[in-house]
Amino acid sequence: MATMRRETVQAWLLVLPALLLLVAFTHWPAVATVLDSLFSTPRGSRPAHFVGLDNYAALMDDPVFWTALHNNAVYAAATIPASVILALAMALAVNTAIPGRPLLRMAYFTPTMLPMIAVANIWLFFFTPDYGLFDSIAAWFGLGRHNWLGDTATALPAMIAVAVWKEAGFFMIFYLAALQAMPPDLAEAANLEGSSRWNFFRRVTLPLLMPTTLFVLVNASINAFRLVDHVVVMTRGGPDNATTLLLYYIYETGFRFWDSSMAATLTVVLLALLGLLAWLQFGVLGKRVHYR
Amino acid sequence: MKFATRTLEIAGAWMLGIMWVTPLLYAAWTAFHPADFATHFDLTAPLTLGNFVRAWQAAPFARYFLNTTILVTIILVAQFLLCTPAAFAFARMEFPGRDILFGVVLLQLMVMPDVLLVGNYRTMAQLGLVDTILAIALPYLGSAFGIFLLRQTFRSVPQELDDAARLEGCTLMRRIWRVYVPLARPTYIAYGLVSVSYHWNNFLWPLVITNSVTTRPLTVGLSVFASTDQGIDWSIITAATLMTSAPLLLAFLLFQRQFVQSFMRAGIR
Repeated sequence: MATMRRETVQAWLLVLPALLLLVAFTHWPAVATVLDSLFSTPRGSRPAHFVGLDNYAALMDDPVFWTALHNNAVYAAATIPASVILALAMALAVNTAIPGRPLLRMAYFTPTMLPMIAVANIWLFFFTPDYGLFDSIAAWFGLGRHNWLGDTATALPAMIAVAVWKEAGFFMIFYLAALQAMPPDLAEAANLEGSSRWNFFRRVTLPLLMPTTLFVLVNASINAFRLVDHVVVMTRGGPDNATTLLLYYIYETGFRFWDSSMAATLTVVLLALLGLLAWLQFGVLGKRVHYR
Repeated sequence: MKFATRTLEIAGAWMLGIMWVTPLLYAAWTAFHPADFATHFDLTAPLTLGNFVRAWQAAPFARYFLNTTILVTIILVAQFLLCTPAAFAFARMEFPGRDILFGVVLLQLMVMPDVLLVGNYRTMAQLGLVDTILAIALPYLGSAFGIFLLRQTFRSVPQELDDAARLEGCTLMRRIWRVYVPLARPTYIAYGLVSVSYHWNNFLWPLVITNSVTTRPLTVGLSVFASTDQGIDWSIITAATLMTSAPLLLAFLLFQRQFVQSFMRAGIR
């Protein structure tokens, strides 16, 4: 009994330092954010006072919030499948004996090592009207100049392109790891049975890659709500809020308009979305794929 | 027929590869040539390092490099020191509340400090830490990812080795340090590389919490430089951009295999 108690104390002591920091900067701010969303923003001599759900009501009436939500939905719906499918294609490509394989793998993976902020600078240059790469290419085809980031129709797709370019190579790595861990006799057996490559891919490879796909999907989904560095640099949410994503709007509300209560309210919405995502992952999808 | 599809596949893979490196090559072209050649390609264009020199002189990049280095070092050392004992306890000890605590830890995998800007800013303000390097690092020190990764590794350490060390009278700390840490070396390397590249590149939280030259990391310094100081002198901006990414990029190109394997290891949960 005494030894058990001692082990318990020891274990708690080992866990405690990390746990305290973790709770202090993840769980506590999450809880504090929910509380803050129920109070008004303190301004000058007027301290914060309890306002109930008023902030949420204000949020419902805020057209920019709905735009941000809509943009984020489009952004997620485009970046997640695009980067996952490209990642799989890349992994399949460099998993075969393709000429120049190391070079190709490096080409795919390199954007992962760059800061998003550097990526944004490079692409900003790309999208520059007249002399950026996109307009140069368009000029070859006889098309006129286009202000890619200044046009509400092309600004969000431009953000999506940047995110996919940055992410796909990162996800490729995980597919590559899974492909390399696959027993080679599976392919040999399929070959003997005369199964077509497409059939083999659809019936064997893809199901075996399901855990990886789930893992990559979860990461891609989190990133769709977390990665807004390029928006800060490239468009600042514009033009006319066409590229305002949820986290960017939180940043703008909290640290450019200094409205901490509304920023907290927005954060609660984001946390709810992430919670939904977690529930989908572990509750629904987790049961359907063989995992771990 | 089979040959034709294969050729098509190879062509497709290479097209994609070229699309993926073009932005970088374009940036490199602009950075290494005089401004007149920034957007027109001429193989006889003279090479120059002038853009880098001008960028270096135009903003306190030396200080930014120092800040980022300090930041990354603090985070790495603290994460190792904090995650190792926690991971060991979760992997090899029985104690009441273990599974609940581990669940609490894992929550952070979904809700990362990155999205909790408002709450963490207020905590830093209360602690009087706004605009310090420590404030950039603090939210990331207790890392669920690190604890999880090390726990998985520690669980695969043969129990006999641990028992042998215990029989020799090793204390708990000594057992962790002598048996578990050395055997988990590949995981430490993997986690270290992932952590360093993540925090070298991190942007939004440092942007929010810092507002002076002495604390700004490279990413924030670069964004300030690109948005205010230079107007649209692309030669200098791309030079600065490549300069800030260079250490990681060079390390990656030199130790490509290690990097790729580390990212793989860190991803297999």
